Amino acid sequence: MFLAQRRLCSLESRAKFLKTIYSSKILGLPTSAKMSLKITNAKRIEGLDSNVWIEFTKLAADPSVVNLGQGLPDISPPVYVKEELSKIAAIDSLNQYTRGFGHPSLVKALSCLYEKIYQKQINPNKEILVTVGAYGSLFNTIQGLIDEGDEKPVDGKKWSSSDWTLDPQELASKFNSKTKAIILNTPHNPIGKVYTKEELQVIADLCIKYDTLCISDEVYEWLVYTGNKHVKIATFPGMWERTITIGSAGKTFSVTGWKLGWSIGPNHLIKHLQTVQQNTVYTCATPLQEALAQAFWIDIKRMDDPECYFNSLPKELEVKRDRMIHLLESLGLKPIVPDGGYFIIADVSSLDADLSDMKDSNEPYDYKFVKWMTKNKKLSAIPVSAFCNTETKLQFEKFVRFCFIKKDSTLDAAEEIIKGWNRQKS
Amino acid sequence: MAKRVQARRLDGIDHDPWVEFVKMASEFDAVNLGQGFPDFPPPDFAVEAFQHALSSDFMLNQYTRAFVIIIEPFFDCYEPMTLMAGGHPVFVTLKPGPTRDGELDSSSNWQLDPTELASKFTSHTKALILNTPNNPVGKVFSKAELELVASLCQQHDVICIADEVYQWLVYDGYQHVSIASLPGMWERTLTIGSAGKTFSATGWKVGWVLGPDSLMKHLRTVHQNSIYHCPTQGQVAVAQSFEHEQLHFGQPSSYFAQFPQAMQRTRDQMICSLQSVGLKPVVPQGSYFFMTDISDFKSKMPDLPGDVDEPYDRRFIKWMIKTKGLVAIPVSTFYSVPHRKIFDHYVRFCFVKDESTLQAMDEKLQKWKKELRP
Repeated sequence: MFLAQRRLCSLESRAKFLKTIYSSKILGLPTSAKMSLKITNAKRIEGLDSNVWIEFTKLAADPSVVNLGQGLPDISPPVYVKEELSKIAAIDSLNQYTRGFGHPSLVKALSCLYEKIYQKQINPNKEILVTVGAYGSLFNTIQGLIDEGDEKPVDGKKWSSSDWTLDPQELASKFNSKTKAIILNTPHNPIGKVYTKEELQVIADLCIKYDTLCISDEVYEWLVYTGNKHVKIATFPGMWERTITIGSAGKTFSVTGWKLGWSIGPNHLIKHLQTVQQNTVYTCATPLQEALAQAFWIDIKRMDDPECYFNSLPKELEVKRDRMIHLLESLGLKPIVPDGGYFIIADVSSLDADLSDMKDSNEPYDYKFVKWMTKNKKLSAIPVSAFCNTETKLQFEKFVRFCFIKKDSTLDAAEEIIKGWNRQKS
Repeated sequence: MAKRVQARRLDGIDHDPWVEFVKMASEFDAVNLGQGFPDFPPPDFAVEAFQHALSSDFMLNQYTRAFVIIIEPFFDCYEPMTLMAGGHPVFVTLKPGPTRDGELDSSSNWQLDPTELASKFTSHTKALILNTPNNPVGKVFSKAELELVASLCQQHDVICIADEVYQWLVYDGYQHVSIASLPGMWERTLTIGSAGKTFSATGWKVGWVLGPDSLMKHLRTVHQNSIYHCPTQGQVAVAQSFEHEQLHFGQPSSYFAQFPQAMQRTRDQMICSLQSVGLKPVVPQGSYFFMTDISDFKSKMPDLPGDVDEPYDRRFIKWMIKTKGLVAIPVSTFYSVPHRKIFDHYVRFCFVKDESTLQAMDEKLQKWKKELRP
């Protein structure tokens, strides 16, 4: 998931900066002023207008392109999930407003599910907030808890070995008394890393030492492959009271279009997210929340069953992951095998694509490569440097991200393209 | 945590009026004429459109110190949203003119003083929020009134944020006029609409904004950095519902003709019923709501229980919920804090309700009426 954050500059020389992840283009104010100098945008959105998804989704929209870019499942959601929504659409009261902070039956289902996992009681009304997608949870959390001038180290990946890890010393050096929060994403997008208990303990120790909040984006929490286990940092001693954990219906039930997510945490943090909610969207769509609640009840009852979607989906995806790895290897690439999530990244420079007609563009290599691949090979993906800030962009500009939560016919089409590509190379 | 946790932008905006009254409504099992949602279903074609959207293509399950002039009484979210953005709200008040004896007050009687309005514009004014048809007054701004607002916006180079969610709910032959359609206004107006109010499906949470690209692009930036998408099926269902309506537009079979006609009847019925207990309705030209004047109650029972500084209308509502089993919303909620004590003698009723709700209301009112007799 792409996190777009603000870069805030204070006029004071001693002010610290909020670290951000940039997209490659930063557009300034419109050069053509209309009749007015006053009708301009608020400063808070300065530099945030370009967005990698909008750019690349447009490119991939051509129906002849095999889209392995945006993390959009083209597999069917589970039948019972769709059926619940159909039934619910006919119920009158469920077409009207529901409780702003989360539909009662949904927050109850979420509480029941997560109490088992957190091994603690979770108050459905005070410790859970339902938002418009996990995006909405991220927005509410950051708007509710982060002020101008606050610092927030975002996991800056370091190319230290074949295992992608954080250097504990480098991480510790990013924390200081002004550090307000850290954003953690596990399983990780785009690398597919699943943080181990030990790695999370390092982060937890720093959060406790510096009295820092942890914003834990765990949307892919069920999508963990053999030999790996998803661990929740909020379950560590001293962490529940300082962590907001974010989940997603879209990723849990392969229904990204439902745009429902949730934040779980202690009331003294959740209440601030609720304040943002009541002053923005106010409430989320009722029929979708009720359907989601019903879907959860079905799977909560069978969590040890292989038929439970939380168990069956990762099994299904692991097969697709392995197939995609094989395909990319057949092109001579060395994809990074993900331990979790929807995506695989690979260094594509060995393909030596002819990007000469884009030589005047100052976009990073991976942006140009994806555009070239979309146009010439009818295969789309996402440039990984979109997920990096200016300091690390160069390290990642040879990497491209492929999404594998795709139906077999999509993967077949991708295979055909790759076979053809191989033939061209030889 | 030892550090201050919440962002400063949340200061003063954490309180929410709805939470309190919605809770009370269920606690006291009261007839809810408070919050504005229809308690009847959306039209069949809209429900079918939503169901069709669900079943047709499974892929539809995938991937949706600036000053702001706010006209009081206002839908309560305008002020905290402005504050959260770091803006400064500036209030200008709709005031009722005198009514003739024996005649009911009308929302058309509530007007802006042109001199007062003009005095609120300064070189720091960035935007004005206009809500027509208005919640809670029910006023439908006339073309002349809109022209006044428009000329001030142009003179002072101000953006107009036009909340027109009730645009289809206009009664008694009044006409809704969009300020964006006036000369010089398209380029400086953002017009907001709602599927919830248009198709009686408030739970779908689909709304829209129309405006020139020069303004819209900034809204898109916020959108892509907040929720990013809206739910897919809801949007498809709204699109199909509009397509259905386009075929009937302007005809008696149009939902946009039938729905306001039906609501006008409900409005009249409710107005009549409430008068029987001494409430004095302000007949609305549009929207889901009307206010009722409770001054008589204020003079007869001034000391209803409540907190020290609690405006009278809030105390009245709590009393009405507990003792009469009816929910309405205190209109002081829709005023800026300094004005709440002045405008504390109105309560707002929602009349977009089913026949069964109106009957339940009538039963409660019969009981109330009996209690009034000495």
